[in-house]
Amino acid sequence: MSQLDDIDRALVNALQDDLPLTNRPFLPLAESLGITEDELLTRVKAMRESGVLTRFGPFFDAVRMGGAFCLCAMEVPQDRFDEVNDLVNAHLEVAHNYERSHKLNMWFVLGCDTKAGIQEAADKIEGETGLQVYQFPKLQEFFIGFRVAA
Amino acid sequence: MSIDATDRAIIEALQGGLPLVPQPYLEVAQSLNLEESELTDRLAVMKESGAIRRIAAAPNHYKLGMTANGMTVWDVDDAVLNEVGPKIGALPFVTHSYKRPRALPDWPYNLFAMVHGSSREEVEEKRQEIVAIIGDALRASDTLYSTRILKKTGLRLRKKGD
Repeated sequence: MSQLDDIDRALVNALQDDLPLTNRPFLPLAESLGITEDELLTRVKAMRESGVLTRFGPFFDAVRMGGAFCLCAMEVPQDRFDEVNDLVNAHLEVAHNYERSHKLNMWFVLGCDTKAGIQEAADKIEGETGLQVYQFPKLQEFFIGFRVAA
Repeated sequence: MSIDATDRAIIEALQGGLPLVPQPYLEVAQSLNLEESELTDRLAVMKESGAIRRIAAAPNHYKLGMTANGMTVWDVDDAVLNEVGPKIGALPFVTHSYKRPRALPDWPYNLFAMVHGSSREEVEEKRQEIVAIIGDALRASDTLYSTRILKKTGLRLRKKGD
């Protein structure tokens, strides 16, 4: 686990809220934490480089752009796992992908700016791997949020 | 919302992330030959329409010590799913909770709730709170722990003509 101090932890939480659309968007946050804007940016860069933050920027919702997201799963034979993983990850539509402890052992999210793109990507993956792609689109969302103890 | 060519150029410029500089919107606007105000106005429209959920950080739970990532899945009586779903979604340790279609006969589960913890034991304890909420409407459940992140890039649009 990375060594984060209290200011880093407060930053992880604060940066999960919406950044304002102002000329100096980081400045009010830096002031509220009692650090300079430069120090804030240095800390965020360090957390990006160490992987504590995988990304910082706009979260686009493909659905609102006329597209779709879809959670998918596959049952991948252990001896083909790396090969299938390379085939799946090569698709731009695969936004993230996790190995999980289950018969269905590969879980990935397809994201596209067209609805048809999901089925096309799933069909391509099935064709390339010869394995079935189970599709679990979200029918309803009950909540989203995450906080670390600051 | 409908996206024009300028919006698309903005999305392509930002899908890898916002530059970590004091004036990030100005820098992006200059790279696209736009005024900063046009960029932020367009981003504001995308936020209003929901095309942008928020401009924020994506944390890596593993690196924050939340090393047990349990995707808990539940087969809940359809008649009560909409009643128990929001209660589960409101639990402080549940980060995402969705109704999803079953894939019978292999996959009977219609409710997914992501539970993060510092150990599998902790996830199991939290799971029991969900069991209590669902009560008699629970028919089956399972927990799928993530054992490896294989990819994590977020949404990427294909360039036109790709």
